[in-house]
Parts: sequence; C-alpha cells; structure tokens
Amino acid sequence: MPEKKERILSIIKEVSQEEIKEIPNSTPFGVIIKKEIILSLCDRLHHDSKLYFDMLSCITGVDNGVELGTMEVLYHLYSIPFNQSLVLKVILPRENPEVESVTRVWKTANWLEREVYDMFGIIFTNHPDLRRILMPADWKGYPLRKDYKHEEYYRGVKIDY
Amino acid sequence: MKGLLDQQFENGGVIITKVDDLLNWSRLSSLFPMTFGLACCAIEFMSTGSTVYDMDRFGMVPRASPRQSDVMIVSGTVTFKMADRIKQLYEQMSEPRYVISMGSCSNCGGPYWQHGYHVVKGVDRIIPVDVYVPGCPPRPEALIGGILKLHEKIRSESRMKPTAIEQLMNKDPQHA
Repeated sequence: MPEKKERILSIIKEVSQEEIKEIPNSTPFGVIIKKEIILSLCDRLHHDSKLYFDMLSCITGVDNGVELGTMEVLYHLYSIPFNQSLVLKVILPRENPEVESVTRVWKTANWLEREVYDMFGIIFTNHPDLRRILMPADWKGYPLRKDYKHEEYYRGVKIDY
Repeated sequence: MKGLLDQQFENGGVIITKVDDLLNWSRLSSLFPMTFGLACCAIEFMSTGSTVYDMDRFGMVPRASPRQSDVMIVSGTVTFKMADRIKQLYEQMSEPRYVISMGSCSNCGGPYWQHGYHVVKGVDRIIPVDVYVPGCPPRPEALIGGILKLHEKIRSESRMKPTAIEQLMNKDPQHA
C-alpha cells in the first residue's frame, strides 16, 4: 500500500501545487483539497495507470453549521483493480456553496451530486441536469442544512404533526 | 357445517334475503386490494397474501390497476412526494371504494412524527380512511383483523334511504 499512497500524494501535490493537508484520523485515508482543482485532480486519479480510481462510491455533503460558516463535500473514491480507497474533501463557504461537477469523470456523479444539491443546496457547476432528486420539485429549502425550518404547509397539507 | 351454497335443500332453489344483505355479502366477499406498497408494511402485506395467511380465502386477489380494485391498503410511509400519487390512484378507483391504513406511518406519521419533514402525518390528511391497523409493522394477523373489521363495516351498510328524520318531520304535531 505505501507506494500507492505515495503516488496519490505526489499526484495531488503536482495538481494542487501546495502542501498536502491530510484529514486527521480518516479511514480510509483522505486529503483536503482546494475546490478549484477537484475536476482536474479526479481526472488524473481516474486515468492514472497505477491507481485507476474507476469507481466513485459516494458523494457526501456536510453542513458545519452557521457558526463555522462552512460546508463540506466528500468524494469517496475506490480503485477496483488496485483495491485502494481514497477520500477527497472540499471545504466550501456556507454562502453560495459552489463546486465543479465531476460528472465528466464518473457518470454516477450525476445522481450523487443531485442528492447533495437536494439536501444541502450545494451547486455543482457544469452539471448536466441539476434538479432535486428526493424531494418534490417545488419543495422549499434544503432539509439537511443545520438551520433548516420546514414550511407550515405543502400543497395545502399540514406538515407538522 | 357446510356453507349455505353447499347445503342441499329439500325443495326448490329459492333463497330469500334482503337486497342489502345480498349486495353487502357479495361486496365484502371479493374485496380486490390494489397492489401497492410503500415501505416495510408492504412486506407484511405480501406475507398476508402468501400461503400461510392466505388472503385469497377472503376473495382478495391483488389487482394491478386502481380501476379494478375495491380497497386500497396504504401499507407504509406516505411521503409528500407520494401523496399526490396516492390521491390520484384513490380517485381512479371506482366506487364503492375503501381504504385501509396499515401501520403507524400511514396512521399518524409513526416514527417520523417529529422530525420527518417529508412525511405526511397520517394518510387521512389526503384521503378518507375506513380502517386503521396499528403496528410497526402490523403482523399479517393484524392486517387480517383490519380486513375483518372492514367486512363488519360493509356488512352494516345500507342502500335504503334514511327515514328517521323524515318520520320526525312528518309527525302530526297534534299527536306529538
């Protein structure tokens, strides 16, 4: 494993042009990266012949709350031929959270990003079809945000018990 | 004892009964439920249809179309996204139509009653419900209990015009 980790770190260093920030105590091993490089980095990791991260297992959104004022997007990558996992973390401001879509690298990112958009309101730029996926299309607000308050009525039906 | 139609009669093939009884009996003996499942309650609903519990003995055969169904068994969590569809399916059913609300979720929101922003807190906020079956999820025995309760309800229905108020109104005031 160490040589693969070395390779991952060298690629990240090459693309990001700065010091590597590992996520402390992360299992699997993870790295915090700048949001600007997400697409180019994913593309590199996907096409690298020694790593070949061909599977995007999951995209997770995290809202750190109003006090911290940040949101996170976590990309869980997996390489089937080399049995290697990797987590990439992008930290976004809570106001206007925007990050480049990775649908060009993995097709499955389409629905995963739609889910994160639906729950957290994080905009994925250049996404082919950024609509809500779980909630109804005319739903107001993003339910998994820490300061979310639902409406009183939805289409004339009371929401509260 | 044999069923009524299996018995031999001494003379003639005539049975005398009330229209209400005959229609109610035929109605409740072949309640076609709509094939319809929303959550884990649907698994119990499926078990109810399986060999062990044998829903077919009540003449209940799941139908794939609301237009052929008599009873809608709302088995599971009703989300707001599903609510419109349920309402539409209910409206597509021909009358007389009945609704059994199966399980805590469709009765009152169940475990989602407080934080479930996406759950309708009771399917009766969308469509009228005849029988509520409690449980999370209810066992097939409980659902069969609900079906028998619905049978009771149908058995007491009447197509006669209500007469009580008319009699009151027509009462001769001098003899009152």
